[in-house]
Amino acid sequence: MNAATERAIQIGILVVILGGWQIGTMTGLIDVFFFPAPLDIGTQIASWVADTSFYRHVGITLTETVLGYLIGTGLGVAAGVWLGLSRSAARILDPFIKGLNAIPRVVLAPIFVLWLGLGLWSKVALAVTLVFFITFFNAMQGVREVNPVVLSNARILGANRRDLLRHVYFPAAASWILSSLRTSVGFAVVGAIIGEYLGSSAGLGYLIAQAEGNFDATGVFAGIIILSIFVLLIDTVLNVVEKRLITWRPSAGEERPA
Amino acid sequence: MSAAVVRAVPQPPMPASPQAQPSQAKSMVSVDNVTMAFGSFVAVQDVNLTIKDGEFVSIVGPTGCGKSTILNAIAGLLQPASGSITIDAKPVKGIQGNIGYLFQQDALLPWKTAIENTELGLMFRREPAGVRREKAMAWLAKVGLRGFEHRYPHQLSGGQRKRVQMAQALITEPQVILMDEPFSALDIHTRHLMQNELLRLWQEDRRAVVMITHDLEEAIALGDRVVILSAGPRSHIIESFDVDLSRPRDVAEIKLDPHFMDLYRNIWASLRGEVEKSYERRD
Repeated sequence: MNAATERAIQIGILVVILGGWQIGTMTGLIDVFFFPAPLDIGTQIASWVADTSFYRHVGITLTETVLGYLIGTGLGVAAGVWLGLSRSAARILDPFIKGLNAIPRVVLAPIFVLWLGLGLWSKVALAVTLVFFITFFNAMQGVREVNPVVLSNARILGANRRDLLRHVYFPAAASWILSSLRTSVGFAVVGAIIGEYLGSSAGLGYLIAQAEGNFDATGVFAGIIILSIFVLLIDTVLNVVEKRLITWRPSAGEERPA
Repeated sequence: MSAAVVRAVPQPPMPASPQAQPSQAKSMVSVDNVTMAFGSFVAVQDVNLTIKDGEFVSIVGPTGCGKSTILNAIAGLLQPASGSITIDAKPVKGIQGNIGYLFQQDALLPWKTAIENTELGLMFRREPAGVRREKAMAWLAKVGLRGFEHRYPHQLSGGQRKRVQMAQALITEPQVILMDEPFSALDIHTRHLMQNELLRLWQEDRRAVVMITHDLEEAIALGDRVVILSAGPRSHIIESFDVDLSRPRDVAEIKLDPHFMDLYRNIWASLRGEVEKSYERRD
């Protein structure tokens, strides 16, 4: 099956689902209160996109996501590299880390609102707690799985501790971290949105919460679609970033000759 | 022919290796009564070994006889349980800056290009960027990798990666070069090529070399001396053979030399018993 046929089938599936849905709402088979008509959702999205204040919401969610992601990864890498290098520290802190990681992050949201207010930072904090552990475990694993031969080689070539960190441990951990880049950014978005949903005055999560408060299912669905487009866009950006940063890794299909 | 070759050192010898006459060369590496142990397991016991400056010593022994631990002790990666090791009359305490180590496995940093890998040793010695780049370019050209400077290790073949490793290990002009079965992972043709390449580089600027191998042909073809280790545990040196084959040598051709075959027979007679012993213990 060639690419054009596959694409045609994909479009066909979409048309059947949306068309059936639309017809169902028009004939009254589907209750528009719970499942608003696709055309109405489209109109809602179009009106948001045309409105400049919508971009303020997107901007705020994006800021929260990016801040949460950067702070979370930064702390995660630092802690992961440290505990990856120091086995005894890792053993001592292990139960605490496991305990903290076991907390369902959503229940922290009210605490963060209490501590940091309804503004940006309570959402960033929630995103950080989600991103941190993913990066942390990956960084620790990356440092622990540094090839011992490569390590010995660098030491014999004269690397001191700082050289080893910079030229061996960090790049080794970086490939692990970057390969989990997308997972953790997904969590950063989740953190920001949940934070907004639970209490805020702006952002995409706020838009959805507001629509829900008005029993406006169209708004909720429109918000969901906007969110998934938002995540897809971030994903595309990350894909490019990852390719740029890990040029040294063989890409899939490019085999290492013997 | 051999005398002419020994004197035909193209570069002035380094201050650390004044060795116009190899017979009078000073001792570079000295291993005295060294025992290597891991807990209660004694890998190597009471090893005495002296390597002269500019001498190429091959250590052969059955698998699992602790050959690598001796090398790692000389490199300062491992601490002997007893005995002492000196390099150029200075005791080895931890990793020294005067060692070049050629590993069996891929030891290149996969996230650095060929040129970045080559200049690593100079970078750790804080040489200015321009100088080290220039030297690294020259070394890569020397090992036949001109035009491959900006390839990552995964974009190079096994033989090419080994060449980069050679350049990386030799660029710092180490006093002692240690090799741990450096070519055993390569296919036979690439191996011959790399062995000749290694001999060529070493001939240009003779350093003390300790090479570990399980391949007796390689040991004789490359070395000035072949040292036989007994089967482990508690492995020790049984015998040492001088290899008086003329240099420069061609690794593929020298194997047809009648004198090479005599040497091979003699050394194999000594090694065979140990190999058999090591297999018996395994079963």
